[in-house]
Amino acid sequence: MADNMRFALNDTLVDVPGLSPMTTLLDWLRDHRGLRGTKEGCAEGDCGACTVVLERDGRREAINSCIVLLGQVDGQSVRTVEGLRGAEGAPHPVQTAMAEADATQCGFCTPGFVMSALAFASGGNTADTGSIHDALAGNLCRCTGYRPIVEAMTRIAGLAVEPPPAAPAILARPASVVFDGAFFAPRTLDELLDLRAAHPDALLLAGATDLGLLASRARKPPKQVIHLRHVPELAAISTTDDKVTIGAAATYAAATSTLVEAFPALRSYLSRLGSRQIRNMGTIGGNIGTASPIGDMPPVLLALEASLTLVSKRGTREIPLDDFFLYYRKTALAPDEIIQSISMPRLWEGESFHCDKVSKRRDQDISTVAGAYRVRIRNGKIEDARLAFGGMAATPRRARAAEAALLKDGFAAAIAAVGEDFKPVDDWRGSADYRLQVAANLLRRLELRLADPQRVLEVEAL
Amino acid sequence: MARLGRLSPTGRGQPVAPAGTAPRRSAAGARGRGAVSAQVHKARRHDSALKHVTGQALYIDDMPEPPDTLHGALVLSTIACGKLVKVDIAVASKMPGVVAVLGPTDIPGKNDVAAIGQNEPLFAVDRIEFAGQTLAMVVAETLDAARAAVEKVVVEIEAEEPILDIATALERKAYVQAPSTVLRGDPDAALASAPHRLEAEFSVGGQEHFYLEGQIAFALPGEDGDITVHSSTQHPTEVQHICARLLGCDFNRVTAVVRRLGGGFGGKESNASWVAAAAAVAANHTGRPVKLRLPREVDMVATGKRHGFDYRYTVGFDDEGRVRALDAVLAADAGWSLDLTPGVVARALTHTDNAYWIPHFRAVGYACRTNKQSNTAFRGFGGPQGVVIMEDALDRIALHLGRDPVEVRALNFYAEGRDETPYGQKVDENHLARCWAEVKKGGEIERRRAEIDAFNAANPVLKRGLGLFPLKFGISFNLPHMNQAGALVHVYTDGSIRLNHGGTEMGQGLFIKVAQIVAEVFKVDIDRIRPSATSTAEVPNTSPTAASTGTDLNGWAAWEAANTIRQRMVAYAAEHFGVAEADIEFADGTVRIAKPGSNQVLSFAELAKLCWLGRVSLSSTGYYKTPKIHWDPVAMRGRPFFYFSFGAAMAEVAIDTLTGESRVLRADLVQDCGESLNPAIDLGQIEGAFVQGQGWLTCEELWWDARGRLRTTGPSTYKIPGSRDVPPVFNVTLLDNAPSREATIFRSKAVGEPPLMLATAVWTALKDAIGAVGGRNAAVRLDAPATPERVLAAVERARQGREQSVTRNG
Repeated sequence: MADNMRFALNDTLVDVPGLSPMTTLLDWLRDHRGLRGTKEGCAEGDCGACTVVLERDGRREAINSCIVLLGQVDGQSVRTVEGLRGAEGAPHPVQTAMAEADATQCGFCTPGFVMSALAFASGGNTADTGSIHDALAGNLCRCTGYRPIVEAMTRIAGLAVEPPPAAPAILARPASVVFDGAFFAPRTLDELLDLRAAHPDALLLAGATDLGLLASRARKPPKQVIHLRHVPELAAISTTDDKVTIGAAATYAAATSTLVEAFPALRSYLSRLGSRQIRNMGTIGGNIGTASPIGDMPPVLLALEASLTLVSKRGTREIPLDDFFLYYRKTALAPDEIIQSISMPRLWEGESFHCDKVSKRRDQDISTVAGAYRVRIRNGKIEDARLAFGGMAATPRRARAAEAALLKDGFAAAIAAVGEDFKPVDDWRGSADYRLQVAANLLRRLELRLADPQRVLEVEAL
Repeated sequence: MARLGRLSPTGRGQPVAPAGTAPRRSAAGARGRGAVSAQVHKARRHDSALKHVTGQALYIDDMPEPPDTLHGALVLSTIACGKLVKVDIAVASKMPGVVAVLGPTDIPGKNDVAAIGQNEPLFAVDRIEFAGQTLAMVVAETLDAARAAVEKVVVEIEAEEPILDIATALERKAYVQAPSTVLRGDPDAALASAPHRLEAEFSVGGQEHFYLEGQIAFALPGEDGDITVHSSTQHPTEVQHICARLLGCDFNRVTAVVRRLGGGFGGKESNASWVAAAAAVAANHTGRPVKLRLPREVDMVATGKRHGFDYRYTVGFDDEGRVRALDAVLAADAGWSLDLTPGVVARALTHTDNAYWIPHFRAVGYACRTNKQSNTAFRGFGGPQGVVIMEDALDRIALHLGRDPVEVRALNFYAEGRDETPYGQKVDENHLARCWAEVKKGGEIERRRAEIDAFNAANPVLKRGLGLFPLKFGISFNLPHMNQAGALVHVYTDGSIRLNHGGTEMGQGLFIKVAQIVAEVFKVDIDRIRPSATSTAEVPNTSPTAASTGTDLNGWAAWEAANTIRQRMVAYAAEHFGVAEADIEFADGTVRIAKPGSNQVLSFAELAKLCWLGRVSLSSTGYYKTPKIHWDPVAMRGRPFFYFSFGAAMAEVAIDTLTGESRVLRADLVQDCGESLNPAIDLGQIEGAFVQGQGWLTCEELWWDARGRLRTTGPSTYKIPGSRDVPPVFNVTLLDNAPSREATIFRSKAVGEPPLMLATAVWTALKDAIGAVGGRNAAVRLDAPATPERVLAAVERARQGREQSVTRNG
């Protein structure tokens, strides 16, 4: 079967025959399409110079083109800086606003900022600085010091930007496709499970915010991938009175409002997870599946007593996340299985949930230590506590000794017990000693927070 | 006062206003005409701004490639120190698409890319000196083919124990150059007799440039072995020289061309040269165009960074806090080779005094040799590493005496009668007191100090701190011979003007500033001026665009070139119309001939055409050399700087004593730009430099593992500031009514580097906040970068009263 990748690029329908679906979108734009306004700054999805916009369902979403595989773009509408024009070929108002605010110096990061600004303008955002920083967190500028860019964004927030054009009907893919015999894009769960069983060595691809680095930075694209995003069951988000269920391949962008509604402490936490570009592609299933010890979501999900629905042709099983991470980068997922969804029980009466992330930079950084805590207090007594940490061990893990100490003897005992739970490593994000001290101090912060929920305890709030 | 770029807590900014509309004094005395200026001292947008935002600005990797273009990829050492036994390219050479694998024996000339020293090979021979050293280069039909082949090169190294820190290098006396000293008076005796004496140690880390456009060069072979190299370099002439050195050819065979850089910050001064040379050698070897673009990881591992420094000092002072003597040791981490380290150490030593009169002074600079990347120029070039010492000392002095550190600083400022630097240059223009007063007033210091103290008393977890910093920064290259520049201006017969000079455009707005100067000379609209790519074929023997001197040097050179043409035009017009030269007036794109009876007006283009018909040359070079400067690098005395730039900063921070996280809440800056040529551009330089300095001192941490391999090799691991890290209240003021006393171009001053140091106020504020943990009576050691981990460690020391002990006299 010879399927061609097909998508819309700057309002033009593009067929891409004979090219590896593992080619990054950035490489294709620059080297095959000659569109060199989009830049490579880092090839790891962290600087935003490669930012382009996906136009889907009437929205515009900024993404990092350096870590997106061409196969993922099939059926999508892509806009690059070259596809931005105002009336009669003049610069687009977003571009004009950036230029007029003196928001460019060397200009290399600028097209990426422009595309993030376009997505921001299209999202009906207000000009508050919090929203602006959220929109810019995935774009680095080394020259301007950002002040003029932020100023331009305050003007851009008020622009009436034309909505994205409707996707051409021809882009719709009712049936599964395979590109180059290597990029499987199933449309149904059954097809996905068949593929998974038939190709146990294929990598599962959700948002490619991690996997994409194989193609971009490492230049060793995967041999075979199974793309999960088009399977409806995996993208579903549902809630009941008892629990919240997020499909493993739902993006953070799609899941955030549901998660924040159920667990308000996640509002700030999720705004620090990657960047806008990363959250537009990245998925919770991916964050769990890679089993990184420093993923942001696993500690949260462990504390929230999440369970996973794993599915294969053999059937469906549910396992607590507690039992999923085995050791460094190893999980309980069988070779023919996939994660279908993640469920979290809602907070019961008397329960509260809190979480912290400590990193060198507030935005778009990987946590040195992440902590998440669900605590049940009744009549002034702590009845139950789940304390989970990332960055403290080879896998995200609960601090079981601290939990036990907390229930038995209170916070001072729990703080003292953290050292029994973890033997963290020294690396560029922090020393083992620092990590242990921070984990203990985060429990102190939790104690203060529980004592007085109104109290300002983070520099971010000043 | 022109207050620019206010950012309120809501983020709603005010538009940038021109510095003023009043008539301005023109260029220095007789050299310029005293007319009302139309083009300079005006806020003007970067000339490429619209191209930047539309993606039409071409960087080297965006240029169309000839179909036979090859791509290079580098083979790097992963061992920090050892003997190079073998580089086996047999398998790599046979990989698909590979055209050549080049090593030391493929270099026709000399295998040495040193900027000022020697024995800095492009491809390592025998010795491995750091993890990241270039061993060979694969040249292939595609970039992926080249990168794939790199992994098939088999390297054998007999590893040896590397030197990975300054302390070890000092202990083993491993230096890249002999120690140098700036000395005045008798510091030993003055320290011994001082009423008080303190000793302290601390260190600052290096800094990755993180220009968004990585290092890149594109070399195109021509006939007879000629080669054109498009390089993202701040130093085209050095690219030319080093390419020629490696190719073994005359300089006139190599043309280096630079239209723009996607950021430089010093990182593309010497480091761009070896990248260009590698591309040139490969192009010469294959006879085909070769592009060499370093992927971010390779760029960060292979190229030098800002020098980290260790410090130890003793300071003596009186009961009021007046400094009597300083004895300081500054030990720089030079990395494995000399590179530009002599200049960095010299600038650190000549900025150790910062804004302060220190009667007895000794600063000894060690350039320590370690098995790490060879550290290089980075905005400030040792200045930032010099000025931090006295800031640390004065805080300690104030705390020791129970005095206000802000007042103690002011007490020690250079002033009348206390106005000679330790290296012998007089501080004869001094805006310190003015900058200090303005920053204190604008920042409402008294109200905020009280607020912060009250906050700290009420909050055991979060602490706020305030820090002030005065700046004096010397402008000129420390080496006098580098302070020269050339320009080439052509006026065409349609009145359009082509401008070329030796400076490179790396985003700092040099091209627009120099274009403004030329437009001012001809009194034409700036749109008539076409700045062209910097090229060694147009203006030869140039200095790097560095040391903040880009506009000072190239602006004057361009003025000279333009003025030469203008004078020819005036002379011809006078002759042609039979009037005196004084009757020829240029204004608003026209030329007025004030002849009694007929007040004739020509367009500038018409006069240009007329001059051509009259056989008048409308092309001229221009040349400038900075006057008055001299420097004895052995005695470390002289007048290295044409003038000083001044400034002041006040920063407020908050820290979390549980995690060590910190945040800059507000910054107020006052920066002396002389009479700014372009306040919009200068504002951008000030803000950008401050945030870059803030990054250096807070979140930007380079981390090498125990084997000496750099592990922070991309933005995922090396964190430069993001938009949210910029102070939410950020007030920047250009010091008003401060035309340069020296004859700088239109009385403006350099702005590229000085404001970076204003971020020192952030570091001081962090120490203030940490000190609040111990009740604000303990001096705090805080090494930079002040990452959460370092802040928390300092908090713990402050809490436990484990701060460094101090020596007290009698």
